[in-house]
Amino acid sequence: MHTFAELIIVFVILLDLALAVTGSLSSCIRLVAMQGVVAGLLPLLAGSGAPHTRAVIFAVVIVILKGAVFPRLLMRARDKSGARKDVEPLISYPASILLCLGAFIASSWLGSRLPLPQANVAWIVPASLSTIFTGFLLITTRSKAITQVLGYLVIENGIYIFGLALFVEQPLMVELAILLDVFVAVFVMGIAIFHISREFDHIDTAELSELSDWRRGEYGK
Amino acid sequence: MIIAMLLLPLAAGILAFIIRSDPARRALLLWTACLHFLLTGLLIADSATGGLMLSFLSGALSGPRAAPEAVWFAYDALGLLFIGITSLLFLGAAHYAVRYLALEKRDPGEDADDGSIFNNAPEAVFTGCLLLFLAAMTAVTASRHMGLLWASVEATTLLSAPLIYFHRSKRSLEATWKYLLICSVGIALALMGNLFLGAAGLKAGAGLDLAGLLSNSGVLDKPLLKAAFLFLFVGYGTKMGLSPFHTWLPDAHSEAPAVVSALLSGALLNCAFLGILRVNAVCASAGLADFTGGILILFGLFSILTAALFMLGQRDYKRLLAYSSIEHMGILALGIGLGGGAVFGAILGALSHSLTKAGLFFTSGIVVAAEKTKRISDVRGLWRRAPRTAALWLAGFFLITGMPPSGIFLAKFIILKEAVALKHYWLAGAYLLFLAVLFAGMAGVFISMTFGEHEAKPGEKPFDEPAGMLGPAAVFFACVILAGLFIPGWLNGLLTAAAQNISGKL
Repeated sequence: MHTFAELIIVFVILLDLALAVTGSLSSCIRLVAMQGVVAGLLPLLAGSGAPHTRAVIFAVVIVILKGAVFPRLLMRARDKSGARKDVEPLISYPASILLCLGAFIASSWLGSRLPLPQANVAWIVPASLSTIFTGFLLITTRSKAITQVLGYLVIENGIYIFGLALFVEQPLMVELAILLDVFVAVFVMGIAIFHISREFDHIDTAELSELSDWRRGEYGK
Repeated sequence: MIIAMLLLPLAAGILAFIIRSDPARRALLLWTACLHFLLTGLLIADSATGGLMLSFLSGALSGPRAAPEAVWFAYDALGLLFIGITSLLFLGAAHYAVRYLALEKRDPGEDADDGSIFNNAPEAVFTGCLLLFLAAMTAVTASRHMGLLWASVEATTLLSAPLIYFHRSKRSLEATWKYLLICSVGIALALMGNLFLGAAGLKAGAGLDLAGLLSNSGVLDKPLLKAAFLFLFVGYGTKMGLSPFHTWLPDAHSEAPAVVSALLSGALLNCAFLGILRVNAVCASAGLADFTGGILILFGLFSILTAALFMLGQRDYKRLLAYSSIEHMGILALGIGLGGGAVFGAILGALSHSLTKAGLFFTSGIVVAAEKTKRISDVRGLWRRAPRTAALWLAGFFLITGMPPSGIFLAKFIILKEAVALKHYWLAGAYLLFLAVLFAGMAGVFISMTFGEHEAKPGEKPFDEPAGMLGPAAVFFACVILAGLFIPGWLNGLLTAAAQNISGKL
């Protein structure tokens, strides 16, 4: 069973790298959805013996949300905003993948140094940390509002895997509340993207820069 | 009782989306606020009398004393204090909002900067989100489980984002987006912190509920607990507006309608601070008070410095008020970090700051209505045009900068005294210097806005000050002045007990 879970971990890392180099917005959305689904299935495979009903229910909720609902919401936001179909990175793709690889090496080093309980799935801590880093990379180096939401989701995936690595079992109510929050976050951000595209005729966040303390003098003149 | 406090605004919020008639929805907002305040008052009175009142009403209700076993929602003194502040502010905000919405309906006004007529968000969405926001804040203050606390804090972000975008303009949209993204990502880090906290108590089986963490604090894994504190500090610190994670705050506060700014600054920042205080309590009882104190002092002082620097040469008076909030959050963090008597000062400061800042934001809304601009240099001679507003504006300035007698003066003084008593002379000196810069920066702005020669613009109509919008600010200012002169016994008891909660005693 564990070898299968380890395969999934490798898959998660590969998805991180793929996210760093993918130029098409819709395949980015699909990659993030796939990562969410795979991460959601992980607890079912990592445990020994038959999984609890609680874990199964939770995994099903995650797979539905991250695999079907989120991509649909984001695709809708993409279509309605009428944005260009590529992610418009602020740095080149080779730089992105180098950063991503560097993050993976740093995470492996950090994972071996952290005083964490021994995980029974190899590479799970480095995978989660580098996923979180990939999320930050997407938020900071991509200019579209949708990719920032994707980055937020990737960070959430990373934190979820990290939680599995630490064996922190939160009560079902809390886990569901967190998921509900993520759902509402994607929903509200989707609406905001729609409004941004209508007000500005673009969803390029690099140009959302009217509010600052230094250039205050010019506006309104 | 607590369940009722949670469900009341929740149900009212959902109802607000359905109701078609504006007056009915406004009445609903007002009545919910009143009822929520009544329930909160009942809880506080109950805790002040040692639980006599409510146990008389119903044997099963016991409020804070149900704490030992793991319960989802319960109030200790700290939570009670913060929900008291929130509920009082919301009551004032509801009164203000009813008048404000009526005013906006008649005349949505034009954008102060580019002259376009505002296309406001539907009032149902605004009122509904306002009420749901109250429900989320109630959940934050009542949560006894760190995971639930996290979920509630994130919920406050999501529910308040539509409120910032009430005036539909490019700038408010930009502010909303920054607020949503920076706070959501920041709070995601706090989720990491929660995981570390859970891992720290894994061997001891402490779980993530506060009672379990506090009673097992001796056997928690120290390095993991430190990591947990760092992540939670950065996460909730982002939401609280501590520098350098504060970047969303001035934008959101200046672009939101005045009533929302008041709630964000007075109630929401406190809620985020509560998250830090909770983990601080766990760390303190695990013997890590020096570690957490150092971090809190460092970032507290840095926030005060940032606020002081950005206030000089500020051109927008609502942004000025936002930076003043960052300053006060810095002072709170500093007070908690110093420990000892300063903790009492810090929470007295939290109480007074919330009331004063809410009052100031309420007043700033009237100034915007009168002058149609947020630029400091365009507002002159306010006392001629709107004398009562000008009086409140000036009074608010004296209170917020800590002129005696006010609760803020008392709080700042207690923290200074503690810093000197602990022989942190450099710290005390820097603190005083920054406060002096802040005072100078704000004094110029407020005095030139209040006095100075008013230049009548062509076609300017005399401004009719709406008394209903002035009322809440006046009441809040009076409370802060009173708190500077005399702290009643029940409030003193509540503040002392809250200070003990922060120091990690159950």
